[in-house]
Amino acid sequence: MKFIKYIFTGIVFGIVMAKSEAMSWFRIQEMFRFQSFHMYGIIGTAVVFGVIAVFIIKKTGIKDLNGQPVKFQNKDKSWRKYIIGGTIFGLGWALTGACPGPIFVGIGYGYLGMAVVAIGALTGTYLYGVVKDKLPH
Amino acid sequence: MILELIKQPWPWYISGLIIASIMVALLFFGKSFGFSSNLRTICSMMGAGKKVRFFDFNWKTQKWNLFFLVGAVIGGCIASTFLASNAPLNLSKSTIADLARLGIQFDGGLNPSQLFDFKSLASVKVISLLLFGGILVGFGSRYAGGCTSGHAISGLSNLQLPSLVAVIGFFIGGLIMTHLLFPILF
Repeated sequence: MKFIKYIFTGIVFGIVMAKSEAMSWFRIQEMFRFQSFHMYGIIGTAVVFGVIAVFIIKKTGIKDLNGQPVKFQNKDKSWRKYIIGGTIFGLGWALTGACPGPIFVGIGYGYLGMAVVAIGALTGTYLYGVVKDKLPH
Repeated sequence: MILELIKQPWPWYISGLIIASIMVALLFFGKSFGFSSNLRTICSMMGAGKKVRFFDFNWKTQKWNLFFLVGAVIGGCIASTFLASNAPLNLSKSTIADLARLGIQFDGGLNPSQLFDFKSLASVKVISLLLFGGILVGFGSRYAGGCTSGHAISGLSNLQLPSLVAVIGFFIGGLIMTHLLFPILF
């Protein structure tokens, strides 16, 4: 039962990705062609609200559900892996029109092609695990 | 009444607000919003840890995120059944024209049916493009240590410079694919 809140949050995520069309292949194309504000509006408002929320949480020291201080993960200091990995990710994002979340929302929505993308994404993750130590990070 | 309202496409600012709320909710649960970790977890769950060290970790600590994934699938299903609207997607005319020149027809849906419908999966070219794209998404997100949720939302909200670098990378890749590779691939 303690997992029900994650299922619920996931359902909200799935519905918002679909209803705001953030999971749309066409919307992602529109974004990379700079032909609409829609996707920039979504990511922009999410980040603005996110920055404010994180600031308030840090300032007030609000505790999480377990009574612990809210944990923030600092990303490793490096730039190679972010720029190279990010670029590879971006190539796939534009081609499939989906980042990892929307791949799975798309499967639920009934787009069978997204199941093929998911198999690809698992394969890609596995390949990264295999060659990880040989890559610049 | 309310159901009719929810069925309409949601404006971007409502979407952004809800996405930020999801991130905050997960922080309050003691977790952090990042979807692509699930791909690593699933590999580990399927036994990849026996061969590759990267997958040799206790995946059960990530079970909560798999439940989030299951919820996302259910959410997509609810959206396409109970919350579906008949109105076509309000896509920019110039995008429709650009894609038509590449032979990709806009049919009013979220995704082009010529790429994502069951019938299109009979084409070797379509299957290969989807698989190849998926591999890039999976490889790239793990290499960069996160995807749109982990970097663009969680990372930028926490003012992480590495996340900004990753997001710049996302755009470099997306622009190369859209403007340089699409004319070759399609």
